[in-house]
Amino acid sequence: MTVTAPPREAPAPPPPARPSAGRRAWSLWLRWWRRLTAMRTAIILLFLLALAAIPGSLLPQRSLSQTNVARYFADHPTLAPVLDRFYLFDVFSSPWFAAVYLLLFVSLVGCVLPRAAEHARALRTPPPAAPRNLLRLPDSARLDTPLDGPAALDTVDEELRVRRYRVVRREGPAGRELSAEKGYAKEAGNLLFHLSLVALLVALAGGKLWGYEGSVLVTEGRGFCNAFQQYDTYSAGPLVEGGDLSQLCIDLDDFRAEYETDLTAASFRADIRFGGPGEEGRRETIGVNDPLRVDGDRVYVTGHGYAPRFTITTPTGQTFEDLSAPFLPTDQATMGSEGALKLPDLGADAESQLAIRGFFAPTGVVQNGILTSVDPRPLEPRVAIQAFQGYLGLDTGRPQSVYAIDQEQIDRGALSQVGSANLAVGETLTLPDGTAVTFTGYTQFAALQLSHDPGQVWVLGAAIAVLVGLLGMLLLRRERVFARVGPGTDGGGTVLTVGSLTRGGGEGGERFTALTDDLRAALAARVPARPTPPAGGAPSDPEVPTP
Amino acid sequence: MTVDTTLADLSDALFSVTVGLYSLAVIAYCAQLAFGRRPAVRRELVGAGAPVGPPADDVPVTEPRSVRRYGMAAMALTALGALTHLGVLLFRGLATDRLPWGNMYEFATGVVLVAVVAFAVLAVRRPALRHLGVFVLGPVVLAMVAIGLFLYAEAGPLVAALRSSWLAVHVSTAILGFGIFFVSGIASVMYLLRLRHDARVAAGTAAPGGLLDRLPAPAAIDRVAHRTAVFGFPIWTFAVIAGAIWAESAWGRFWGWDPKETWAFIAWVVYAAYLHARSTAGWRGGPAAWVNVVGLGVMVFNLLYVNMVSTGLHSYAGVN
Ligand code: HEM
Repeated sequence: MTVTAPPREAPAPPPPARPSAGRRAWSLWLRWWRRLTAMRTAIILLFLLALAAIPGSLLPQRSLSQTNVARYFADHPTLAPVLDRFYLFDVFSSPWFAAVYLLLFVSLVGCVLPRAAEHARALRTPPPAAPRNLLRLPDSARLDTPLDGPAALDTVDEELRVRRYRVVRREGPAGRELSAEKGYAKEAGNLLFHLSLVALLVALAGGKLWGYEGSVLVTEGRGFCNAFQQYDTYSAGPLVEGGDLSQLCIDLDDFRAEYETDLTAASFRADIRFGGPGEEGRRETIGVNDPLRVDGDRVYVTGHGYAPRFTITTPTGQTFEDLSAPFLPTDQATMGSEGALKLPDLGADAESQLAIRGFFAPTGVVQNGILTSVDPRPLEPRVAIQAFQGYLGLDTGRPQSVYAIDQEQIDRGALSQVGSANLAVGETLTLPDGTAVTFTGYTQFAALQLSHDPGQVWVLGAAIAVLVGLLGMLLLRRERVFARVGPGTDGGGTVLTVGSLTRGGGEGGERFTALTDDLRAALAARVPARPTPPAGGAPSDPEVPTP
Repeated sequence: MTVDTTLADLSDALFSVTVGLYSLAVIAYCAQLAFGRRPAVRRELVGAGAPVGPPADDVPVTEPRSVRRYGMAAMALTALGALTHLGVLLFRGLATDRLPWGNMYEFATGVVLVAVVAFAVLAVRRPALRHLGVFVLGPVVLAMVAIGLFLYAEAGPLVAALRSSWLAVHVSTAILGFGIFFVSGIASVMYLLRLRHDARVAAGTAAPGGLLDRLPAPAAIDRVAHRTAVFGFPIWTFAVIAGAIWAESAWGRFWGWDPKETWAFIAWVVYAAYLHARSTAGWRGGPAAWVNVVGLGVMVFNLLYVNMVSTGLHSYAGVN
């Protein structure tokens, strides 16, 4: 027995029962924990996650395009730094995005684990006792039968077991009764779904921590090895060390781009050789939608372009052949490309370095002195070049793009333009100092990307499990059927009441009707097979009420 | 590969025929609604003392013959329109010798076809839902006209990135999911309108007997919305997963928060929230339906804004 609380007016004793700080903190924690793991919180967090993703698609993101972010900064010089302070150009790696999904993650774990435990228990406990009034259930029926109670319940039992229900019989206060349940797989599907979501997040995070990706432009006849120094750009997870990279080298033998008659790109194929450093390598052809997959690494063709080739003869008569640099396509439809060739070592000293800036057209047309490209195929290659002489500023420590001449060097007069021309293959531009620049043709290059993501198979597995769990949860139903027998109204026989409760998968009405029809038939089939037992005969009841 | 222009022209002609047939269907659905009996009257006759039974979902089947005939005509026109609609895609596919969902025009046309078929199937199984016909076929006609005007693209070959068997898997399921969500979203809109109307009637600020009274009962409309969303959600989930698998071989990573990926994810989350909201106290009914409407908004936004305004890797952006 509990002791009644003292009346309010009693002088308040020193509060010994006041919970300690630790205990108060614990109960506060519990309250917050319950709130966090409530379904309502999950919905709100889901919404927050969706909301949080929106700026990531409306504003340029560094992870997608540094150039677009730089352009945004240039266009909105006052707004951009403010947005940047809120990580709005790195939404998907921002602390607040992480906060939302971590909370969701905790909420998910907090709600799913107890449910999993409960489900495990439910699998071992028999279906619950029948509710008092079966006729109040969404679907219910009353069947009259001349059979006695146990025999009638036997029939129900059999019908339900055939339908793969778990059945238990009890002696209830309102008479003999039966409870049956099926569709545990629905709950299992639900748990699988939610647990797989957690697994998916974990696999995703693992891939980010241990994965890396590098991109490099490779001209035909050249190659690269898998090392961070060799990439033009790369990104690596925090747990990747340079020494962990797989020993893989790729050589590009040949690149082909094919086009439909309307110049739609039909295919890009790169013939490569791959293998360990120094090896001859195995041959393979890769292309769009068809990467090289080797030992957990993948190599993709992500783009292509042209590298115009030049031969340069200096005034002293020295000739340098096959000088080339990749020009980046500025128009994917016609492959008009821009780039620069920097030659710091050609001149006599650091003040007479040579550079060529140019526009390459695979099929060029010159109108009024302006070169434009009209076809992505190299049918009539031409370049428009400007030659500069002076100091390129490569060793000033300021980074410069390899695809452009540093405009600042030109502006401050360190570099000056000494000639320009539109050249077809074989034509030469002679500079005032006697240097001859000859356009000799082009080589193609491919943009290759090597990716390593150890998490991705796990993500795929988890995603498939999510889908399977989802189908189980949405398509299966959980059904409970209860039955109870009572004495017939007119003294003889039995009144059998049956009721059912369904969760998920639409109404149970039709199936319940089918069940009661079958029951009626089964009851009727039993009647003539068995003479009416003497009144009061104690029938055996195989199942004992459970605790 | 060359485009067979005869077949391409046939496809374009069928597009106009389809719009015409759907417009006629809208008129027939309107007639059915306008001349139909008013279930509100029937409800009054049943009275408050009626036994608690299943909710009176369905509009009475005892409609006058003439009205039934409008309904049948509307259904027939819908079915015929769906056939020519199918022809639009079929002949485009034959003309270009590929799956007919290589650009936004074809994708959107496919989505609308799925929506019409989904509605037709529902309406055949439950005749009462035919009363929703105007509200489904009306937006369908608007969508078709907009697609024809703004998204039209000449029949042509696929760009290299789309030449993969994943096109069949990913895009087909995306079309299916989107079309089904379309019907679901409209059902939720009608449910919300009907709820508001009923509340006004109850408050005495609106007269009973309007068009909205001739719709199926709110619970029935809401159930249609939920069932279709439940059907569409796993399909959409699959479409997103298939997209990620494709992206892994086409773009070098399975997920990169490309704008289209981001909005597909947002849509997925919103529909997950809708399914949750349906079974969470305090969100059932109106609030959940709003979530579904937001979901449809996100889907449409993803199609239009992300393809036409922002730039991303999805090559559908080819609007000529
Ligand atoms: C604290 C976190 C979560 C809890 C407590 C929770 C709980 C539940 C429960 C109880 C159901 C069954 C609904 C029913 O009885 O009909 C369910 C279904 C579902 N959950 Fe969750 N869930 C959580 C997080 C999530 C998340 C993060 C997602 C997806 C992003 C998600 C997606 C779904 C879906 C799609 C269904 C099916 C809806 C239905 O059957 O009604 N859930 N969840």
